[in-house]
Amino acid sequence: MTSTQIRSLFPALQTKVYGRDLLYLDNAATSQRPRSVVDCWEKLTLETNGNIHRAVHALASRATEAFENTRERVRAYLNAADTKEIIFTSGATAAINLVAFSFSEAFIGEGDEVIVSLSEHHSNLLPWQLACKRKKAVLKVLDIDEFGALEVESLQKLISERTKIISIPHISNVLGLVNPVQEIIAVAHKNGVPVLIDGAQGIVHCKVDVRQLDCDFYVFSGHKVYAATGTGVLYGKKEWLEKMPPFMSGGEMIDRVGLQESSFAPLPQKFEAGTQNFNAIPTLVPALELQESILGSAELISEQRELLDYILEEFKKRPRIRLYGTGSAKVPLFSFSVEGAHHEDLALILDKMGVAVRSGQMCAEPLMDRLGVSGLVRASFAPYNTLDEAREFIKCLDRAVQML
Amino acid sequence: MKTLQEKKQEVVENFSVYDEWLDKYEYLIDLGKSLPPYPEDKKTDEHLIKGCQSRVWLDAKIEDGRLWFSADSDAVITRGIISLLVDVYSGCTPEEVAGDDFGFIGEIGLRENLSPTRSNGLVSMIQTLQAIARKNV
Repeated sequence: MTSTQIRSLFPALQTKVYGRDLLYLDNAATSQRPRSVVDCWEKLTLETNGNIHRAVHALASRATEAFENTRERVRAYLNAADTKEIIFTSGATAAINLVAFSFSEAFIGEGDEVIVSLSEHHSNLLPWQLACKRKKAVLKVLDIDEFGALEVESLQKLISERTKIISIPHISNVLGLVNPVQEIIAVAHKNGVPVLIDGAQGIVHCKVDVRQLDCDFYVFSGHKVYAATGTGVLYGKKEWLEKMPPFMSGGEMIDRVGLQESSFAPLPQKFEAGTQNFNAIPTLVPALELQESILGSAELISEQRELLDYILEEFKKRPRIRLYGTGSAKVPLFSFSVEGAHHEDLALILDKMGVAVRSGQMCAEPLMDRLGVSGLVRASFAPYNTLDEAREFIKCLDRAVQML
Repeated sequence: MKTLQEKKQEVVENFSVYDEWLDKYEYLIDLGKSLPPYPEDKKTDEHLIKGCQSRVWLDAKIEDGRLWFSADSDAVITRGIISLLVDVYSGCTPEEVAGDDFGFIGEIGLRENLSPTRSNGLVSMIQTLQAIARKNV
């Protein structure tokens, strides 16, 4: 399978913007959707739209089957031990909020500590910040080195007997480096501390095996990995999830409800309050199927490598460009600044050339402060982006810089 | 002195020359680069306009019943837009600014075609101009 072949599966890539071919390089924000995902959603919506689990009629049972089959498919994809460990959410943010709330209710008290990293997306910082405030706990931060890599060697010093959980990204949405999560988890577990991996970007670039990683929680959003928006997954080890109280309540998450006291459903329903996004969640099936073949294609892997090397080479030739996040663990996600050019100006001009990039703080203000910048430009590539597109991007970037 | 209406008309005419978006931007960049200097000591939080990806500082003074604006931004395209607003609305009475619909921004296509966050920044900028004007009516 080649990037050109993959492209044909994504109708949105044929879009014209301002009369030009769209060059979509904002994949870290959201990927485009393949025809199979759109078809899946359409079929469910048009043919089996019934609210899942409770009703006895045919539509509801078909919708329930699609939903629960997805749970099994996601379990298998992540190599989780049990479907009870797969909780559907609206996205990675919702999943982290769930854990930050419910885990802290059960396990975090005054004076306890939570560790996050400096390279967090706000979605893996704010839920913990709020939880720590609520519980009068302390939020500690694992720093990054000059290349943007997590300072894993200082993790052991950061951990104390009050450390209750460590929550770190698999890949930072700004730096684009695969963090040594296996090593972090090993250090944490040696100290008896569980680890949550924010896999919002990790799921896109890495084959994830939660049992091999031995992480305690892994979260991701469907829309970054070709599935419909509003879909997300929380994987959690049963032994943790069972001890955590519900996050949101109402709907099917109940066992028995009284006016003053109620009991709640077992896993996974305990954490799935309210009507689920049942027409969208099953799009994870075709999406992960595609992802599996993408990650398994030697041809695509080598194309991605070539594209990565090409951009790194071209950036190196241009002394005004500064790339943030470098090293051998790099994925094709490039956040950079250009000396003398504002990130917003660059993004606006690139947009008018048909090139979609992200600019600004990218939901990572503390990281921007640490890097000493007001914002950056980010070009994030997907396997459907070709080397020709990378060349076109560099050409457009040169022209934009020249205009400024 | 040109009236507010004449100044707005002039901006719309200047922009009508450009069909291509990149040419429009080139023009905005030129405008941004020629914006008169803004005093460094007025780049404070109280002069900062929220809502932009880029930072915008705006200062206003009133002389003989007319408003005079000066502004700056760290991004040059934003400076270009600011320079349009500063040119058009400086020298107007507070009543004129407060009562204006700022519709010419739409006529030159900036409201629709700038990015959503930028558009919000533009909206914040306009709201700030109007708020200053209303305070001085």
